Amino acid sequence: MPKRWLGLIAAGAALLLSPLASGEIAVPPLQARVTDLTGTLTASQVQSLDSRLRDFERAKGSQIAVLMLPSTQPETIEQYSIRVAEAWKIGRAKIDDGVILVVAKDDRKLRIEVGRGLEGAITDGLAKRIVSEVITPHFKANDFYGGISAGAEALIKLIEGEPLPAPSAPGGFDSGANFQTILWLIVALAIAQPFLLGLFGRLKGSLAAGGIVGAIVWVFAGVVVFAVLGGMIAFLVSLFIDSAGTSRRSGWSSHGPGGGWSGGGWSGGGGSSGGFSGGGGDFGGGGASGSW
Amino acid sequence: MHKRLAAIVALFTAGLAGCGYNDIQRNDEQVKSAWSEVLNQYQRRADLIPNLVNTVKGIMAQEQQVLIGVTEARSRVGSIQATPELLNDPAAFRRFQEAQAGLSGALSRLMVVVENYPQLKSDRNFNELQAEIAGTENRIAVSRNRFIKSVQEYNVLIRQFPVNLTAMMFSYQTKPNFTVEDEKTIAKPPTVDFGKPAAPAKQ
Repeated sequence: MPKRWLGLIAAGAALLLSPLASGEIAVPPLQARVTDLTGTLTASQVQSLDSRLRDFERAKGSQIAVLMLPSTQPETIEQYSIRVAEAWKIGRAKIDDGVILVVAKDDRKLRIEVGRGLEGAITDGLAKRIVSEVITPHFKANDFYGGISAGAEALIKLIEGEPLPAPSAPGGFDSGANFQTILWLIVALAIAQPFLLGLFGRLKGSLAAGGIVGAIVWVFAGVVVFAVLGGMIAFLVSLFIDSAGTSRRSGWSSHGPGGGWSGGGWSGGGGSSGGFSGGGGDFGGGGASGSW
Repeated sequence: MHKRLAAIVALFTAGLAGCGYNDIQRNDEQVKSAWSEVLNQYQRRADLIPNLVNTVKGIMAQEQQVLIGVTEARSRVGSIQATPELLNDPAAFRRFQEAQAGLSGALSRLMVVVENYPQLKSDRNFNELQAEIAGTENRIAVSRNRFIKSVQEYNVLIRQFPVNLTAMMFSYQTKPNFTVEDEKTIAKPPTVDFGKPAAPAKQ
């Protein structure tokens, strides 16, 4: 019986969604800074672009993402790329310093979508110049990697000239407010944790504590790095607070649902596609398009 | 005693929240801010136009008619007081839309004529301005889209059952949205006439 219901609901949902699904190209889920759906770039090219953009984000805080897809039809590239921007939310929240480069290979169109916070640094005129003078000459010669990386460098140079808030270095607290939030949370936790421990036992209670702190920090500070860090600190503190319990380091990863969410930006190293996520940046439709 | 008071307060709050009063406030504010963004972008376009006209008028001396058309459309737009109250007055809203559509049309005519002036198309200053205007047209499209969505949300909210009573009580009415006809007239010209000529200009 419940199965049939599920089927009915699924069918209804499919019916409701189908006009949308058939009309427009879906925005791919954001998994890495460089998304190539056309298979044009080699793995090592994607890797090197990705690491360049990651290094830049570490140094400056701004996020740049690249999406290459066959076509945006029936939408124009402008309509499609604003949907990508709304879905991905590249750039830090409130600072809105994200840039997305969308390349529709078969349409022979590209667009630089500029976050609101960067509209002063990358004016439409400058974006247009990057499109037509930096990127398209490469594209005309079928050198997609060259075009994209030259375009990324040009964008990076423009953003570097813009005074933006410093990036939140992993492990470092650049803002006193965030540090204070975490401090208070730990104090609150120290009071609440005997209760949590009594309720769930040591390991589970600590996990719950870590998860709760992580989630709260995530909601208030909006920075995943802080959330993971706060969660970890809370977990360790409540694990070791009054007795030298057995250290189960493998346990921390399982509090992900609360604090870890996506682990974006935390990646101390390792894979290039190590869970990249947008920081909540807003886009207003600025930028420029072009074709080759 | 305290308990009863607390219960009454809780009930009252729940009742107010349940009847959608807070939702109306939230959506109303959302519509207003979306509308401000639309006005903001229209203003941006209006601000660019004197600059554009100054840049092209020396070279396009023979095209007085087109240039005058743009300037007149621009001043017509400027003569309408674009206040948030416009939203609650469908007639004024329509007039505002017509003025903006007129400016869009005049601008696109100008851009078509520009095609005949290779000298302009290779002018860096002009290219920059053209990119700014194309970008602004796109921003207008995006902000209009967001406005349409927020108005739709608001209108659906205040017409649905329990909330419509609250809306009636506090006299909240549905807000005018961009209609299909002027959607066509405005949405068409910029995408066709701005994007295309710019690219071949640099080939």
